[in-house]
Amino acid sequence: MSDVSDFSEPSDAHSFRNTEAADRRLRKRHAAERRFRFYGAAAVSIALLALAALIFDIVGKGHGAFQRHVLTLQIYFDPDVIDPRGDRSSQSLRMGNYTSLVRNSLTEIFSGATGRSDRRSLGSLVSTGAAFQLQDMVMADPSLVGERRLVTVPFADDADMYYKGYIRADTPEVDRRLLDTQIAWLDQLERRGHTHSEFNANFFTSGDSREPELAGILGALTGSILTLCVTLLLSFPLGVASAIYLEEFAPKNRWTDLIEVNINNLAAVPSIVFGLLGLGMFLNVFGFPRSAPLIGGMVLALMTLPTIIIAGRAALKAVPPSIREAAMSMGASPLQVVLQHVLPLAMPGILTGTIIGMAQALGETAPLLMIGMVAFIVDIPSAFTSPATVLPVQIFLWSDSPERAFVEKTSAAIMVLLLFLMAMNLAAVLLRQRFERRW
Amino acid sequence: MSADTKVEARDVSVYYGKKQALFNVDLDIDSRQVTSLIGPSGCGKSTFLRCVNRMNDTIEGCRVQGKIRLDGEDIHDRTLDPVKLRARVGMVFQKPNPFPKSIYDNVAYGPRLHGLVSRKDETEELVRSSLQRAGLWQEVEDRIHEPGTSLSGGQQQRLCIARAIAVRPEVILMDEPCSALDPIATARIEELIDELRENFTIVIVTHSMQQAARVSQRTAFFHLGILVEEGDTEKIFTSPTDKRTQDYITGRSG
Amino acid sequence: MTTVVLIAIAALAFLAYFFGRSQAMAVAGGDPRSLHSLPSYYGHFAMLWVMLPALGLLVAWSASIPSLLEWFVLSGLPESVRGLPADQLERFLQDARYLASGNIPSREPTREVIAAAERFGRLGETADLALLALVFAAAASGFGYARSRIATSLRARNRVEQIVMLLLIACSTIAVLTTVGIVFSLVFEALRFFSMISPAEFLFGLEWSPQTALRADQVGSSGAFGAIPIFMGTALITAIAMSVAVPVGLMSAIYLADYASDRVRAVGKPMLEILAGIPTVVYGFFAALTVAPLIRGWGESLGLDVASESAMAAGLIMGVMIIPFVSSLSDDVLSAVPYSLREGSFGLGATKSETIRQVVLPAALPGIVGAILLAISRAIGETMIVVMAAGLAANLTANPLEAVTTVTVQIVTLLVGDQEFDSAKTLAAFALGLVLFFITLVLNVIALRVVRRYREQYE
Repeated sequence: MSDVSDFSEPSDAHSFRNTEAADRRLRKRHAAERRFRFYGAAAVSIALLALAALIFDIVGKGHGAFQRHVLTLQIYFDPDVIDPRGDRSSQSLRMGNYTSLVRNSLTEIFSGATGRSDRRSLGSLVSTGAAFQLQDMVMADPSLVGERRLVTVPFADDADMYYKGYIRADTPEVDRRLLDTQIAWLDQLERRGHTHSEFNANFFTSGDSREPELAGILGALTGSILTLCVTLLLSFPLGVASAIYLEEFAPKNRWTDLIEVNINNLAAVPSIVFGLLGLGMFLNVFGFPRSAPLIGGMVLALMTLPTIIIAGRAALKAVPPSIREAAMSMGASPLQVVLQHVLPLAMPGILTGTIIGMAQALGETAPLLMIGMVAFIVDIPSAFTSPATVLPVQIFLWSDSPERAFVEKTSAAIMVLLLFLMAMNLAAVLLRQRFERRW
Repeated sequence: MSADTKVEARDVSVYYGKKQALFNVDLDIDSRQVTSLIGPSGCGKSTFLRCVNRMNDTIEGCRVQGKIRLDGEDIHDRTLDPVKLRARVGMVFQKPNPFPKSIYDNVAYGPRLHGLVSRKDETEELVRSSLQRAGLWQEVEDRIHEPGTSLSGGQQQRLCIARAIAVRPEVILMDEPCSALDPIATARIEELIDELRENFTIVIVTHSMQQAARVSQRTAFFHLGILVEEGDTEKIFTSPTDKRTQDYITGRSG
Repeated sequence: MTTVVLIAIAALAFLAYFFGRSQAMAVAGGDPRSLHSLPSYYGHFAMLWVMLPALGLLVAWSASIPSLLEWFVLSGLPESVRGLPADQLERFLQDARYLASGNIPSREPTREVIAAAERFGRLGETADLALLALVFAAAASGFGYARSRIATSLRARNRVEQIVMLLLIACSTIAVLTTVGIVFSLVFEALRFFSMISPAEFLFGLEWSPQTALRADQVGSSGAFGAIPIFMGTALITAIAMSVAVPVGLMSAIYLADYASDRVRAVGKPMLEILAGIPTVVYGFFAALTVAPLIRGWGESLGLDVASESAMAAGLIMGVMIIPFVSSLSDDVLSAVPYSLREGSFGLGATKSETIRQVVLPAALPGIVGAILLAISRAIGETMIVVMAAGLAANLTANPLEAVTTVTVQIVTLLVGDQEFDSAKTLAAFALGLVLFFITLVLNVIALRVVRRYREQYE
């Protein structure tokens, strides 16, 4: 040992440790430590800042969509305009020019606006939906013809945007979507108390529309719900059955290995590929209808299946073998053991996985584009095979529209979507906490 | 404090969260001797050991009270860097834990961190001598660049000892270093401990009284977080003063 | 119609259950102990025999009837219609179907369309009746069989369990069938594409413009199909995304696991999970409407020429989207490194960061590589962000400030809207899909294997 003892002499090391060089080195190491720690904190901050920026941006852009500006007009239901035949029959009333009613009422307020173009630009301040609204009123109650009534109608999107401050009077006229005269009128309407802002219920009760102020999310929301129903009805039983078989009964052989590899891989396959599967198989080979929630649900079911199977297997695995042994020793058959004893205990875990899978499906867009759920659909879908779109696709469609008002709608739709997702994830978290067991 | 007291613990209490694991321990550890800490499981012997190089700092919710001095210097002093302390007080763990690196890099890791070596030949020399001291050199000489995890359990533990002494510590703490090893490997480690005593102060936690008797000069017996008795190993094993020590040593408790 | 049939089947199955159970009691003479199994198993036995044949029939019928109907309708139409080119024929049938379902088609229907719609309507009604009859027949024969088998000696429980087991096995093969379906539909259409455009031209060509013909005499005559610019664009955006996601994700995982206080961790981790739960269409909106103009503005203030659909905007936001993915995978991987290694390093006087960088990260390297591969696979397959924020033009460039396009963007562009299923343009999407599937498959399989090996090492 003599050849090494001199070097290993602790006192040598001790004296070395107290040198100036050693102290410097130690300071450098601690600086490196602080730097590293800072990088970590910075990374977390970057991620959280991105989240905050996104949320603020969306809420900032979208909160206005829940309010809208409406105009209260004295409408004269002029028989000459809306009842061309003069017999108050529904055929005649249907042919009436209700847009004129609105324009007439507006020109009563602004008596200066008499020219054709003035009348048109004045009329375009009010939503085209106003005409339909008046028509519906008259059709429901023909006695209105010839009467004067105060009616509240929505503004057109540009006027609404002006009141909300997105279109500014100080931008040059050529750069904005409203004329100087229109802005002057809008200011007057506001000053005279003809306008007020109200909760935009229409946003939740209408389908899509080309007019931003008339567009709502009900159609897309219904489509989403129909689609998710199909997804849930297919993927939950299939997923649970697969999980049970693979975890509890499957022999360990090449075939089950293959299934296992398949499931893990499918969980990581890009969602758009599932859309191509839907297009290539369901639409082209089987001839199923395009744009239908049924097909969308089937595609999303295949996509969420791996999530549910993986969660299901984990939940089943977490049930301790003692439960199985106890049930088995009571004379239950293996299937009875699983269905009556293991499955109920694993259910909270499976459900948590299912909710997370459903949340994924609810937010999914790309595969649905492939199977045509991207059409412009005004009607609220009523069946699993009627053409429909879903909330994320609606967001995608609106985000492509040039009108400023659609940016607001898109952001608001995103807020609704995020709210749903948050509720689902919260449910999953609560479920996990409520039923979490310590074996 | 006698002239050759290396570590001096006074009134040391340790809490894990609200639970107190160690109660007012006073213990002196002599320089260049082997001190063993014995006692039934959960008696606080490992907890005490981990106080000496402040490894308890890395456990969340762990609080240490009292004074521990190394060469008269308070190890909890704010000017004393735990990183520096751990370079002076090395540690060998219960389960061999070689890093997933080559044998060479395992041994060179500590010296490189602390800047004990700067040139390649210095490093090589240090690795060689450390492995020689740990009695592993002959076995690994020609496969020094293979992963440390490829060694047998006993060899891994000797590698960990080599790794610890490469930093040239003054004290080596060993936390049941042989509990995961077979009897032959254990015998090698015990021999090694005896050799290392020449240059290092060694504190070893063991649950084997025979081991304590074989390797240590002094023994401390812990029970339920209390240091019951300490003294020369021979005396503790032949004529313990406390009833609890007696019971444990004769196998009536534990 | 399907709903009606489903309800009918459910009702029949329900009845069969009670019948089976009571018949079992009857044959047992009121003493259930003389039966082989509990009476309810006889009920289940009858129920399964009613339900399964009927359901199987329904599925087979629904899968085949749309094309059968089409064939029948076509065979009754004049030659002038049957002779139409495929895409016009498709539109014709679509109009007819639309009309038959009671909607008003967008174009004024021709006489042929009206005739076809009437045929669709008539045949559809007949088909619905036939389905109902067949389902009842299937249910009845299943019921008859079950009834003939119910006896005290029938091992009802074992039979039911056999059937259930078979069902379980069938369900578990869905995953394999899905993969087969994906491969089949991609390969089938891609082969049609490659019969028009040579694979070499597709894989190595430098020009991509599926919309316009470069030369009139070109094969496929609708454009150029060299996919290299698309692959490069995908690679560029993926690289930008990874250069955000990997450092930020990895460092976040390290910070939250090793440095953050309990309170920070309790807030930080769920926040990151929220980031992971945000739909990609939302990220796409944010990238296109907020981040892209911002980058453009900054670039211009620095005197740089930035495209309004720059690869940078899409890549950055995609990176943000993948941060939580990388961080949760790395967290798993890092926490699989045994604590004893960290302790060993601390015991030698290493600081936390030295321990992490020199011991933990090298030990976790295979797992981290696996996680990064999975993240890359995710980035390559991500669709909505790039559809909304990246460009359509296939520029061959490595400049992140220019607009590039990706595989997924092209698939969406080629397939959304009017489709002609014979044109190279539409089929090209499937060829791209095949490439996408193949690349992500390889990445996933390697990554999953690496991660599994890594885990086994420390188990």
